[in-house]
Amino acid sequence: MSDLALTARQLRYDQKSFWRNPQYVFFTVIQPIIFLFIFVSVFGNKTTLVGGHEIKRSTYYVPAIATLAIMSATFFNLTISLSRLRELGILKRIRSTPLPPPVFLAGRIGTSITVSALLVALLLAIGKLLYGVSLPTHTLAAGVATVLVGAAALSCLAFAVTAFVPSEDAAAPVANVIMLPLMFISGIFIPNSEIPAGMRDVANVFPIKHLFESLLRVFDPSVSGAGFAWGHLAIIAGWGLVGALIALWRFRWTPVGQ
Amino acid sequence: MSTATGPVAVPPSPERYLAPSVLSVRGLRKSYGATAAVDGVDLDVRRGEIFAFLGPNGAGKTTSVEILEGYRSRDGGEAEVLGVDPRDGTRSWRARIGVVLQTCAVQPELTVAELLRLYGGYYPAPLGVAETLELVGLTEERDRRAGALSGGQQRRLDVGLALVGDPELLFLDEPTTGFDPAARHHTWEVVAGLRDLGKTVFLTTHYMEEAQALADRVAVIARGRIVAEGTPFDLGGRDHAPTTVSFQLPPGVSAGELPAPLGGEPRVLGELVELQTTTPTAALAALAGWADARELELPELEVRRPTLEDIYLRLTEQA
Repeated sequence: MSDLALTARQLRYDQKSFWRNPQYVFFTVIQPIIFLFIFVSVFGNKTTLVGGHEIKRSTYYVPAIATLAIMSATFFNLTISLSRLRELGILKRIRSTPLPPPVFLAGRIGTSITVSALLVALLLAIGKLLYGVSLPTHTLAAGVATVLVGAAALSCLAFAVTAFVPSEDAAAPVANVIMLPLMFISGIFIPNSEIPAGMRDVANVFPIKHLFESLLRVFDPSVSGAGFAWGHLAIIAGWGLVGALIALWRFRWTPVGQ
Repeated sequence: MSTATGPVAVPPSPERYLAPSVLSVRGLRKSYGATAAVDGVDLDVRRGEIFAFLGPNGAGKTTSVEILEGYRSRDGGEAEVLGVDPRDGTRSWRARIGVVLQTCAVQPELTVAELLRLYGGYYPAPLGVAETLELVGLTEERDRRAGALSGGQQRRLDVGLALVGDPELLFLDEPTTGFDPAARHHTWEVVAGLRDLGKTVFLTTHYMEEAQALADRVAVIARGRIVAEGTPFDLGGRDHAPTTVSFQLPPGVSAGELPAPLGGEPRVLGELVELQTTTPTAALAALAGWADARELELPELEVRRPTLEDIYLRLTEQA
């Protein structure tokens, strides 16, 4: 079997594992949908100021919750599942087989990207059907590219963070302590215009805000042109590269206890 | 093979000693800080044998095995597994070995058959799923999720996953630790079945009963060194070791009244008399004649050969 066929196969079995795990499905798939309902129901009638003009809050929250969904499908899910696979000795067992490690890793990342893309499409459909959010058509290519770059970069960061997670139990708290504050200051829950400038500056250092703003650009009806946010995408990709380098340096295949 | 009695190891046939070596280690060394975990180990495992590597926890057993599996580096010595230095374990080399780690799990959401198919796909010439299920006795569990299996079934799945690539050499690290006796015997049957397939098995265990039941040859490691090597029957001079005859003194009889000579000096511990002898038949004949003439019965009469465990404890305590 070629390595490409092996990767496709790995992806297929990883998908099976993912969809059969109720905990993963709830936190990754159901929870963002619940958040979308809550935020649009509470704040949906208002407008918010984005880039000097008003947009509907429902239009704001679709890319915001899509960012959250990409975060949980990649960063959160991978940090937890990789820590678990490592501590259970599954990664160690994989290393004893002829499967090349990059193929295994590609399967995991591929699963996260696939779930991210599915979720963004799902959130978009809900936004369109229930809240009349307009579908980005001329910015579609930029939207797809943003999801792919964001999901890949956040996956790499998950590998980097997992290297420092000491046990299976520590994975969720570690992932949350990184994700939650960043999501708050990046405008995912509270519109950016209501966040103090100092906090926005902090958020600008990290990739979440850039991912969100790239997606917001895709959904913003007033944007003309293809909607590619090159500056944001470059910062996201840069973070992904840093994550990949840290992972190459520190990622371990054997349980920490051994 | 009968389920009631479990597998019985037969003394190895002479051809086995002529079989080529599949694993060869000379002067293996590994230290952690100032402690030498493995301190000059030599080993040879021949094709088609079940080799048991015994030793107390912390004796260097797992470190040695993990060096041979390619997981750990070594500080010194030579190692060759299937003609390859495990240090540069290549993909094609990994395809020829199977590893069952001491603690390892599988993706609990996948079924037994799915896992065997998934892992089988990693190897160039895997066994069929049905065949592997048959070998490890999990045919009825094929569609159950791995997370729902009992401990014994999961362990057999571990063996199945190591076996599905049809490897020449299998490493089994403590395959039955924590099992109830029935599950242990079931796993032994699976391992003994590997011999019939012509597989070479490198087994670590701290159950002497397991080594006795399965192994063609055993080596004992203690404090990083090999302290004895042989078959389960002659390890540490077991075949020449004296037999113990013991009984209680019948009421009203003192030790001084016992017949002499008995082929050994009896030790009297309260009521209990214990005799170490290399001529147990003569000793028993003398004792029986003596007791019979006095119309006495010897309570708790026992004749014991040293078990593998007795030998093992002696070897590992001395070291």
